[in-house]
Amino acid sequence: MIDRYLTVTALTRYIKRKLDMDKHLRTVWLKGEISNFKHHNRGHMYMTIKDQQTRIQAVMFAGNNRFLKFMPENGMQVLIKGEVSVFEAAGQYQLYIQSMEPDGIGQLYLAYEQLKNKLEKQGYFNEEHKKALPTYPKHIGVITSPTGAAVRDIITTIKRRYPIVQITLIPALVQGPTASKSISRAIDIANKQSVYDVLIVGRGGGSIEELWSFNEEVVVNAIFHSNIPVISAVGHETDTTLSDFVADLRAPTPTGAAELAVPSWHQLLEKTTALKNQLNQLLNHQLTQYRTVLNRLKNSYAFRYPEQLIRQKEQELDKTIEQLTRLSAQSSQQAEESFIQLQNRLRRCFPERQLEHAVNDYVRINDHFQKTMSISMKEKKETLGIIIDKLMLLNPLGVLKRGFSVTYTKDNQIIKKSEQVEPNDQISVRISDALLKCKVLSKEEEDR
Amino acid sequence: MTSEKDMTFEMAMKQLETIVKKLEQGDVEIEKALEYYQEGMKLSKICTDKLTHVQEKMVQIMNEQGETLPFEVQED
Repeated sequence: MIDRYLTVTALTRYIKRKLDMDKHLRTVWLKGEISNFKHHNRGHMYMTIKDQQTRIQAVMFAGNNRFLKFMPENGMQVLIKGEVSVFEAAGQYQLYIQSMEPDGIGQLYLAYEQLKNKLEKQGYFNEEHKKALPTYPKHIGVITSPTGAAVRDIITTIKRRYPIVQITLIPALVQGPTASKSISRAIDIANKQSVYDVLIVGRGGGSIEELWSFNEEVVVNAIFHSNIPVISAVGHETDTTLSDFVADLRAPTPTGAAELAVPSWHQLLEKTTALKNQLNQLLNHQLTQYRTVLNRLKNSYAFRYPEQLIRQKEQELDKTIEQLTRLSAQSSQQAEESFIQLQNRLRRCFPERQLEHAVNDYVRINDHFQKTMSISMKEKKETLGIIIDKLMLLNPLGVLKRGFSVTYTKDNQIIKKSEQVEPNDQISVRISDALLKCKVLSKEEEDR
Repeated sequence: MTSEKDMTFEMAMKQLETIVKKLEQGDVEIEKALEYYQEGMKLSKICTDKLTHVQEKMVQIMNEQGETLPFEVQED
């Protein structure tokens, strides 16, 4: 029973096989509008193709979309060749686009718009790249077809307006598939020769297809990179070619370009005459002015009454001398005053008080010193007396005075022990005022 | 200063305009003003001469070899 149920995968595969087997779906020619366009960064393009009623998912792989001549955008009407199949993972049928081109507005126009946007973004049309045209060119290079109205219009207009300029025609194809190469090559040649001071690049009017070479990138590039200023002259008033945008100056027609390229001989002659007249007038005016000033000076008061002028000056001199004297007296007085002031200040600064202080200090210190000295002397004297008394007490002569005596052997030894003497020995006895020669009569030992 | 003969129309015209401008500003010493005037008159003569005694230049065309040949405009 369970075998009746299919898996989703099996069903999807079945449907896919059914679709893949249908030869009408193998090659589908489809027209519609692009929406939900997404250019994946791996290169593939995903979008929805829709009309008023319905829609279909579509994919254009990188391998196919790199041949596209335009960049798809939302809202764009397109003509598609592709096939229909199923994207299994999503269970979704979709259109695999093999080739695609814009419908309706025309492929040329679209390519034009896209190149214009691209160049605009790159700054090709910016004002800062525009070169100034010479006011009085000497040599003009004309890049156009040597036959036809354009070259004739350019040459006759230039010759009429400014016959002293040299014109060189650098022939170029201005129509057909090789025209863009031919034009850009002519611009390069002109730049290499570097004798021209302005270039006119253009052709007469025509359909947009006929003018197409002036919209091609190679021509726009050549004009952009030209070192010589370029005037574009594509005779088409409704559309502006990319060459017109990039040129340093745009003229609506070849005749217009010739008029922009050179000044008018007649106008220059008029201008020269006008300048000459102006010069005359200016000089006359200036001379008149000088004459007026001179007359005024001649009639001036000073010239008519010169002595008045001297008198006034004399008076002024006196005044000045007076002023000078007054000022110098003033200044010496000032010097004296300030000297006296300084002197007084110096006097006020005399150190009287300090001196008095110093004397007082000296007296006080001296007194103190004297007093201290006498006290100290007295003390010393007293000490000396005591010492002398003590000394007196110790003086052996003093002892002798009190009645003691000293006995010596005949060898003058002081006798202190009995064994020093024997009876009959000669001895000497010193008393306070004499030395007595004596003889030992006897010796009696005493125990102590 | 460039001699009269070598002077281009452009140079002469520019100098003439400068001189007129200087005189217009006024405030020029009389000697200088006269000098300017004489110079200006000379320059205006150069300009006029260059414009009136024109030698018409031939139009030329470049061929494939880069040589230039005389070119006649075809009238139709």
